Amino acid sequence: MATVNIDLHKSVGEHAHQDEHHHDEHHHENFITKYIFTEDHKMIAKQFLLTGIFWAIIGGILSVIFRLQLGFPDANLEFLRPVLGDWITTQGKLDQNFYLALVTMHGTIMVFFVLTAGLSGTFSNFLIPLQIGARDMASGFMNMLSYWFFFLSSVVMFISLFIETGPASGGWVVYPPLSALPQAMPGSGLGMTLWLVSMSLFIVSSLLGGINYIATVINLRTNGMSFSKLPLTIWAFFLTAVLGLLSFPVLFAAALLLIFDRSFGTSFYLSEIYINGEPLHNMGGSPVLYQHLFWFLGHPEVYIVMLPGLGITSEIIATNARKPIFGYRAMVGSLLAIAFLAFIVWAHHMFVSGMNPFLGTIFMFLTLIIAVPSAVKVFNYLATLWRGNIVFTPAMLFSIGLVSFFISGGVTGIALGNSAIDIQLHDTYYVVAHFHLVMGSASFFGMLAGIYHWFPKMFGRMMNEKLGYVHFWITFIGVYMVFFPMHYLGIAGFPRRYYSWTNFNAFDSFSDLNAFISTAAIITLSAQLIFLFNFFYSMFRGRLAPANPWRSNTLEWTTPRFPGHGNWPGKIPTVYRWPYDYSKPGAKEDFIPQTVPFSATPESNLPHENELIALEKEFAN
Amino acid sequence: MTGLLLLTGGILVIAVFALVYRILSLIDIAKGKQGKPVGTTSNAVNSFLFIVFFFVGFGLLFWYSGKASENFLPESASEHGKLTDKLFWITTGITFVVFFLTHVILFLTPYFFRYRENRSAYWWPDNTKLEVAWTVLPAIVLTVLVLTGWWAWRDITAPAPDDSLQVEIVGKQFNWMVRYGGKDGKIGKYDYRKIDATNQLGMDFAADKSNFDDFTPREIHLPKGKSVLLKIRARDVLHSVFMPHFRVKMDAVPGMPTSFWFTPTKTTEEMRKELNDPNFNYELACTEICGQGHFAMRMVIVVSEPEEFEKWYASQEPWAKQNADYIASLNLENSKELASLFNQK
Repeated sequence: MATVNIDLHKSVGEHAHQDEHHHDEHHHENFITKYIFTEDHKMIAKQFLLTGIFWAIIGGILSVIFRLQLGFPDANLEFLRPVLGDWITTQGKLDQNFYLALVTMHGTIMVFFVLTAGLSGTFSNFLIPLQIGARDMASGFMNMLSYWFFFLSSVVMFISLFIETGPASGGWVVYPPLSALPQAMPGSGLGMTLWLVSMSLFIVSSLLGGINYIATVINLRTNGMSFSKLPLTIWAFFLTAVLGLLSFPVLFAAALLLIFDRSFGTSFYLSEIYINGEPLHNMGGSPVLYQHLFWFLGHPEVYIVMLPGLGITSEIIATNARKPIFGYRAMVGSLLAIAFLAFIVWAHHMFVSGMNPFLGTIFMFLTLIIAVPSAVKVFNYLATLWRGNIVFTPAMLFSIGLVSFFISGGVTGIALGNSAIDIQLHDTYYVVAHFHLVMGSASFFGMLAGIYHWFPKMFGRMMNEKLGYVHFWITFIGVYMVFFPMHYLGIAGFPRRYYSWTNFNAFDSFSDLNAFISTAAIITLSAQLIFLFNFFYSMFRGRLAPANPWRSNTLEWTTPRFPGHGNWPGKIPTVYRWPYDYSKPGAKEDFIPQTVPFSATPESNLPHENELIALEKEFAN
Repeated sequence: MTGLLLLTGGILVIAVFALVYRILSLIDIAKGKQGKPVGTTSNAVNSFLFIVFFFVGFGLLFWYSGKASENFLPESASEHGKLTDKLFWITTGITFVVFFLTHVILFLTPYFFRYRENRSAYWWPDNTKLEVAWTVLPAIVLTVLVLTGWWAWRDITAPAPDDSLQVEIVGKQFNWMVRYGGKDGKIGKYDYRKIDATNQLGMDFAADKSNFDDFTPREIHLPKGKSVLLKIRARDVLHSVFMPHFRVKMDAVPGMPTSFWFTPTKTTEEMRKELNDPNFNYELACTEICGQGHFAMRMVIVVSEPEEFEKWYASQEPWAKQNADYIASLNLENSKELASLFNQK
C-alpha cells in the first residue's frame, strides 16, 4: 500500500510515459508498428477492445430504435429521419423490413462482434501472456492478422448497414430459405451477401486468434506454471478457444453451402419452393440441415460468449473477496464439463423444427445435464463470497451482477430445455428474456468487470470508482428492468421478432409493460455514457495506477506500470503457487502473489506445501 | 441547426462529466482516501444497496406477478396443454426457490462480509462433502424434471390416433391456408409445381382424385373432444404454426411436411364465457421469422361441439366445384365426370 501513495500527489497527466516504459524494447517502433500493425498482444487486445466498444454502441443504439417501435407503437418517429432516411415511412413509422434488419443486426453485432471478438479478443489477448508469464503470443504475426481480419469483417458488416436494400434481416440465425432467396425479403439480397462475407472473415479471425491462444497456453507457460496453477481466467480462455476452434469451421461450412445455394443454384437447403409467382427448380435440400449446422456452432457460441465472463469473474471475485476461489478443481472441472457438453446440446434450439421427436428426447436429456456444472459454478461463487472480506470495487460489483444474471437467466433454461414445456415457450419473449440475461447481460457484465479490473494494467491509470458505482447501479437495475418483464410477455405467448402484436387478441395486452421496457432500455443505454466517459477520460487523465492496485496474486501485476513489448523488463518470473492464496492463515498480508516461493512463507504453508520447498530450488533456475 | 444543438449538448454533457470526475477525485484526495483498497463508506453503501435491491426487486416481482397473473399462460384448451402447463409451473416453482435462495446469499450476506481492516476472510479453499452434495442434489432434481418432461413429450409426439381429423395448414408469405379432406376425409396430393394464382395449394388433380372433394375455408374449424392432426407445410420460407391456447407449435418447412396432433377441450363459446370476453377467438400465429408480414399471419380458429362441426363440415363446398373453370382448363381425361360427382349433392 505504501507504493500507492507515491502516485497520489503527482498531478494527473504529466507522467503518462514513465521511464520504465522503455526498459525492454529491443526494437524501434514507429507509430504504425506500435499502434496499427502491432504484434504486441497488449496493443492488439486494446484494438479488439476499442472495436468491441464501437460495436457495442452501434448494437445498443439499434436495439433502442426497435424498442421505440415496440414500446411506443403510435409514436411518430419522424425525428429519426435524418439518421434513418427512408427507413422511416411517410407515416413516420419504422419500416417493417428495417425493423427485422435492426433485430438481425443487433443480434449479429452483439453475439459475434461484441461478446466474441470484443470479449475473447480483448481479454484472451491481454491476459493469456501476462497471466501465464509469456513475452507474447505464440505467433505475434498471426495475432495481428486475427485483429485485421476482424477489422475487415467489421468494415464489411458496417457497410452493409448503409446499403439501399438494408442489411441482412432474417434474424441473427439467418435461416434459409428466407436468407437464401433475395425475393423473400430485401435484406436477403446484397445485405445477406455482405453478411456472409463478413462472417467468413470473422471466422478466419476467430480461428487465427483461437489457435494462438491454445498454442500459447500449452507451450509458453513460465517456469512452475503447471495447468493446476493456472488462474481460472486462463482455463476459461483456453477452453473458449478450443470451443471456437472446433465449432467455427462448422459455421463456415454452413455459410459456404448457403453461399452456394444463393449464388450457384445448388439445393443444400432449398426444396419445393414457390415464391413470387414461380416455382424454383430446387429439390431435395433441407432447411433443417442448415439449422443443425448453424446450431452446432451456435450453441458452443453461447459458451464462447459466456466462459470468458465466468473466468474473469472467478478471478475478480476471489481477489476482492480476499478469499481463495472455492473449489478450484470443481471450477475447472465444471468448465471442462460445460465445454464438452456444449457440443452435444445444439438441437435443443430445434425441438419444434420438425426434426425427429426422438432427437428431441436425447437433446433434452443432454441439455439438462449441462445445468449441473452450471449450478456447481454458482454455488462455488456463493461459497467464495461467504465469510469473505469483500472489497466492492466496480469490477467486483459487476462480477456479483454477473452471478445474479447467470442464476436468473440460467434457471429459465431449465424450463426451456424441457422439450414438452418448450413447445409453448419456443420463439417467445421467454427465450428472449432467458438468453439476454444468461448470456447477453452476464457476458456483458463480465466484459465490464474485466475492463474495470484490468484498466490499470492496460493503460497504467485508474478509472474513477464513484462513476463506476453509479454506472453499475443504473446498469444493473436497468438490465433487470428491461429483461425481467420479458418473462411475463413470454409466458403470455408473445412471439419474438414481431413488429407489433396488436393484430392478435391473444397478444393484445401488456402494452404498458412494453413501454416500460423500452423506457428502461433507453435509460440503461444512456447510462453507458458514464462508462464511456470514465473509460476515455481516465485513459488520459486518470490517476496513475499503483503496481498492484487490487493486491492481486496473479502474474500480470508483477509487470511494470507500462509494460513494454515483452512484458517483463528482465527475466520472466517463476511461479511457485496457485493464484488464490488470499487471507491464508498465518500470512502477514492477505495475499501471497504466485511468484512468492513457499520457502519465503514458512508461517503460512500447509503441510504438503512445506514438502514442495525442496523442489522449488530446482526450477527456480 | 439541430446538428449544432446536438453538438453543443454533447459537449456540455462531457464537460459536466469531466467536472464531476474532477470533483470526485479532489474529494478523495482531500479525505486522504486514495490508495486504500477501497473506501469504507462506499463499501458499506454498495453492500447495503444490494440488500435494498433484494427487497425492492423481489417486492416488485411479487407485486407485478400478482397483477399480471391473468395474462400468464393463456387459458389452456387442449389435453396435452394441461399437462405441459403443470410441468411448467412445477419447474418454475422449483427454479424460483433456487433463484430466491441463491439471491438471499448473494445479495443479503455481502453486507456482513464487507471489507473492514480488522476482519480477515475465512480460508476455505474447498469442502468435498459440500461440493458433492450440491452436485448430486441438482442432478437428482433435474433427473425428475427430465423424466416427467420426457413422458409428456413422448405422448405428445406419439403418432396421432387413426381416427383423427386431418387438417392441412400451409404457410406462405404472409398468410395461412387451410384444407380439409372433404367427404372422403382424405387430403389430396399436392405438387409445388402445380401452384399458380388460382390453385394456391398446388393440388395435383391429375395425380390424386381425392383432391376433388377437398375444401379450403378461410377459418380453421375444429370439433371439441376429437383428436386433430395438423399436416403442416410451407410454400416459400420457414413459418411456424403457433396456436397459443392449444399449446401447439411446429415449424412449417418447405420441402419437408411436418405434423402435430392435439385434442381441443373447449369450444370457442365455452372460452368466451369462461374468460368473460364475447370477442374471444382462438388464433393461429407465425413464430418463425418469415419476412415483412411475419407479425400479421393471423388466422381464426373456431372450436365447436362435434354435431355443430359436422354440420359445418358437410356444408362446405369443394374447391374444385368453386373453381370449375380451372378444373376444365386442366383438360383432365375424366374431369367432367369427376366434377359432376359434386354437382349431384
